[in-house]
Amino acid sequence: MMLKKSLVLTAVACLGLPMVSMAEEPPIEAYKAWTATKDHTIWAPLGGLKGDPAKGRKLAIASAKGNCLACHELPIPEEGFHGEVGPNLSGLASRYTEGEIRMRIVDIQVLNPASLMPPMYKNPAELKNVAKKYVGRTILTAQEVEDVVAYLMTLK
Amino acid sequence: MKLKTAMLMGAGLSVALSCTSAFSGEVFSGYTLLKQETREMQDDDFMNLGMEAVTKGAKLFSTKGKNEKSCATCHGEGGKKLDPKRIAQYPVLDAKTQRPITLQQRIINEWTEQLGNAPLKYESGDALALETFVRNLARGQVVNVQTDGAMAPFIEQGKKLFEARSGHLNMACNLCHDHHPGQKLRAQTLSQGQTNGFPTYRLANSKVIGTQTRINQCFKSVRAEKQPVGSEAFALLELYMNAHGNGLKIETPAVRF
Repeated sequence: MMLKKSLVLTAVACLGLPMVSMAEEPPIEAYKAWTATKDHTIWAPLGGLKGDPAKGRKLAIASAKGNCLACHELPIPEEGFHGEVGPNLSGLASRYTEGEIRMRIVDIQVLNPASLMPPMYKNPAELKNVAKKYVGRTILTAQEVEDVVAYLMTLK
Repeated sequence: MKLKTAMLMGAGLSVALSCTSAFSGEVFSGYTLLKQETREMQDDDFMNLGMEAVTKGAKLFSTKGKNEKSCATCHGEGGKKLDPKRIAQYPVLDAKTQRPITLQQRIINEWTEQLGNAPLKYESGDALALETFVRNLARGQVVNVQTDGAMAPFIEQGKKLFEARSGHLNMACNLCHDHHPGQKLRAQTLSQGQTNGFPTYRLANSKVIGTQTRINQCFKSVRAEKQPVGSEAFALLELYMNAHGNGLKIETPAVRF
């Protein structure tokens, strides 16, 4: 992957094209504001979207996306390395409601200000010193958040 | 150490801690997290790939500048007049500016002021080689950065930077390196972010890198904008991080993953 990428970059440099043209980022989606209840739940799916658990499982593995495995153990046996910084998420849906799970994915720092877990759907305007490529974006899109919620809800 | 921490906490919680020191708890070198083969690579100068920078730095150290002087003219052949204990105190308070100055910045300043050379860019190959050479003279010395007196406010400023959230992932250094050292982040084990081995040969980069470049690599991981090396903010961060390693032995050039 690295080699392929560097070859592409070299090719671009040789052609004298601006590097910006390499960016294939999807267009920035408008941020969909959410509201949390006092007891830290978000019941309404973001943007009223419906999640796909199979896609959510893939997002949980993907290191450039949810990357849940960086910190959490999950029942995903085909992946060799599971992090141990956060709690084990096996059986999560029997311990937490959908609204609680959505809250924790969207922005766990609302209920635990000291958490190191990245807020997957925090208002981008509230983030500081963000690398240009990610300015104005949430870590996951609203659809992706719902996909991950749908996947985690299968962990009973 | 654990007992001491528990006693302090029992005595008066965070107030007692903040009065005594900006730091608490045990410190350990990233060396303890290495695989045996990487340790062996670091311990054997013939295998340690960072020694190349030491050799290069040694040559630069005795190369005469425009003023017909070299570093060795004042500091002795091979830097034998340099005090290893002083090297282990960096960053120190600069007499002129009354601000902390990193070892590399000191070398860069002397390079132009004393030798009359063209300025070296911070963390350029030559600046890094010179720092690696000088820091290697203090290998085995205990890191001993001043944290009290005139340095105390700068330590506090560095601490604030270490604990400031930034980037798309909204993370701060301390959240991983103070709260979860030794634990796995996917396949990688989190260190305490100690600097006692810097400049260090990083296997992932296949070259010697400086503390500030390493911090920028962390910034990239949390999707933050890189910061300019050699800045005042980086000097404060390096000050705090070096001081956090007070008591550890200097390993420069360490070998790290």
